[in-house]
Amino acid sequence: MEFQIYRFNPDVDQEPRMQSFAVEVERGMMLRDVLLEIKRRDESFAFRHSCGEGVCGSDGVNVNGRNQLACITPVSDYEKGPVVIRPLPGRPVTRDLVVDMSDFYHQYHAVDPWLKRKDPVPEQENLQTPEQRARLDGLWECILCGCCSSSCPSFWWNPEKFLGPQALLSSWRFLADSRDQAEDERLDALDGPYKVFRCHTIMNCVDACPKHLNPTRAIGHIRNLMLKKSV
Amino acid sequence: MSLIRRNFDVLIIGAGGAGLNAAVQLAKADMRVAVVSKVFPTRSHTVAAQGGVNAALGNVNDDSWHWHMFDTVKGSDYLGDQDAIEFMCREAIPTVYELEHNGVPFSRLDSGKIYQRSFGGQSRGFGEEQASRTCAAADRTGHAILHTLYQQNIKARSHFFTEYFAIDLLQDAEGGVTGALVMDIASGEPMILNARATLLATGGCGQVFRTTSNAHINTGDGMAMALRAGVPLQDMEFFQFHPTGVAGRGMLITEASRGEGGYLINSEGERFMERYAPGAKDLASRDVVARAIVTEVREGRGCGPNKDYVLLKVDHLGEEVVAKRLPGIRETSKIFLGVDPAFEPIPVYPTAHYAMGGIPSDRFGRVVAPVHHGPEEVVQGLYAAGECACVSVHGANRLGGNSLLDILVFGRLSGLDILEYLGEHPRHRLTDSSSEECAMARFQRFDMSGEGITVAELRSEFRKVMEDHAGVFRTDAVMREGVDKVRDIRHRLEDVRLADTSRTYNTARIEAFELENLIDVGISIVTAALHRKESRGAHSRPDYPERDDRNWMRHSLYFLEEDRLDYKPVRTKPLSVDSFPPKPRVY
Repeated sequence: MEFQIYRFNPDVDQEPRMQSFAVEVERGMMLRDVLLEIKRRDESFAFRHSCGEGVCGSDGVNVNGRNQLACITPVSDYEKGPVVIRPLPGRPVTRDLVVDMSDFYHQYHAVDPWLKRKDPVPEQENLQTPEQRARLDGLWECILCGCCSSSCPSFWWNPEKFLGPQALLSSWRFLADSRDQAEDERLDALDGPYKVFRCHTIMNCVDACPKHLNPTRAIGHIRNLMLKKSV
Repeated sequence: MSLIRRNFDVLIIGAGGAGLNAAVQLAKADMRVAVVSKVFPTRSHTVAAQGGVNAALGNVNDDSWHWHMFDTVKGSDYLGDQDAIEFMCREAIPTVYELEHNGVPFSRLDSGKIYQRSFGGQSRGFGEEQASRTCAAADRTGHAILHTLYQQNIKARSHFFTEYFAIDLLQDAEGGVTGALVMDIASGEPMILNARATLLATGGCGQVFRTTSNAHINTGDGMAMALRAGVPLQDMEFFQFHPTGVAGRGMLITEASRGEGGYLINSEGERFMERYAPGAKDLASRDVVARAIVTEVREGRGCGPNKDYVLLKVDHLGEEVVAKRLPGIRETSKIFLGVDPAFEPIPVYPTAHYAMGGIPSDRFGRVVAPVHHGPEEVVQGLYAAGECACVSVHGANRLGGNSLLDILVFGRLSGLDILEYLGEHPRHRLTDSSSEECAMARFQRFDMSGEGITVAELRSEFRKVMEDHAGVFRTDAVMREGVDKVRDIRHRLEDVRLADTSRTYNTARIEAFELENLIDVGISIVTAALHRKESRGAHSRPDYPERDDRNWMRHSLYFLEEDRLDYKPVRTKPLSVDSFPPKPRVY
């Protein structure tokens, strides 16, 4: 099967190019296995990867125009080649499939992604009913792979002003937590025309998320809450 | 090229649970902390821990840290140090509460308290009925904890050097540690980080084996750096094979699947664990279950076309329980096996999982080694915590749910002890020039291009040798051959050449450094294994089938430079309670 891989090494290349590799595909193979085979043949090929089971979030790449995690994408999803593999779009390319994720991490940090409580610290755990805890399902499982934000046209255009789907999902993860006591503070910090409201519900993020999370829905919840508070 | 030098109070190498829990203590105390990690912190392998963290909270039924301590000592096959174990089991309770206060989204009981499940080797009343001691966030507990700890570090404003690779430790003339030489992966440039104290928190080394639950990054970097700095590695012969890896692939199917009521069957449909562990059955210790599976397969009762795995059944629990309690392994099974465990059994076989051994440290995280005199002399300025360290709380076999506990308790304690150390040591030590030259030589080691062996070739040969010669069952002949082969591979490492010596984000260069680390750690494993002539915990020798407390209730220490072994006694005296004397280990 043919795989066309985006190649760019700033030490030697003037501009990026696509390089074609023919890789024999076996049953049960994931795209990461293909990338590893290419790496075995050409050690100058660079890509990030680690856990190999979709939990560390290292190997987000763009495959035939869609962002995926290479390690949990079966090659059998692609009936025949060529399969075109590029770095995550909209991010500066460091080398080959490795992109600079600084903006993405910066926006994650910007939503104060930690639990804020004002009550004194109890001796045991804070109580939370199974129903309250269930509100966090579909939010806390985010692995920060960047597949969503780097598929979002609003984030491509305004990565420094629009928080992007990932950061907003994380923001809602804390707003939705019955233990968090900083709702007003969090909502105030999200105010303005860009941070939340640049989302045009294009929903690329939902399509791209390899963990089947739904940032668009989370953004909707934030907007509703902001609206409710402003009335 | 002028070498960049930076000074910090503390250098932490590794940003998994141990490193991050130490960093947050220090950053909150306004220390200047540099956290070096070869991956973005939340990609560290703590993220992959599934089942949970043990603490005798007693949320489901009565529990006590003393029972937890008994289980841990017994699980360790009496090789664990009982002072450290008592300390860990007591600290477990406030440690889990602190995690919850910091936002970990634990699953909940109807009472609103933290959900706790049953895990292997757990009991109430010193070996009586099954306990439920493992605090869980579904089956993604490590993810929940690691992300929370990273969040706490953002809040505390720790200084991260993300995607920096540590080349080697730096030392003063007396062997005290003064920091490390690191490399910025993106630019390929070296940098000296000086610190008054350095914490190694680099995690495990499961990549020494071909089939492993461990991530690509688990290459024993900290262990190998310690070895090269003259510090021995302790108890490296004890490597845990997790009973239930995805057959043929190695990724983990959590013990929680059995804790929630799942069980193993062979090709005859028999619940074979009833024969090996009549009491605890499928929830016996991991070493016991792993040996049982390998024995079933060797005796021809394996499943599948090649009869090379057994089946793990959870489908009788119902789709609702599987979806709620085991969503992660359901997803993994569907993706990698095309099997939905809610309806079909999962093909499983043991997979290399966890190093019980590591850098010898005490319960304050201080690295202790026989440097000049005495077996446990503190190495100045050096700490170790987490899987790369050996406190030893796991001895010859670790209990499920005690790994997250270990990294959290001793990560935190290292941070607090470093604070005290910094108070007593206000100035940076002076790095010896020869130490810096050695580290720079290693940094430049793979600059030579030309004909030679590739990293990929030698790595796959090495990992196969380790799997064949240091697996679940070990005999003298097999291990002796293993030692020879690993030594030969180490020799051939000299001939490794990179085809690409460019600087920007050169992953080939990183993999070459990692291979050297793997091989150094591998030598310590096969050497220590060959010389331990008994069966204890995960070290199982058909030629010496019994545990030999008279001769072997002691820790091994492997020194790289002289390629030699030394031993030190097990600390059998706990801090406040009576010692648990060795007994036959029955589940």
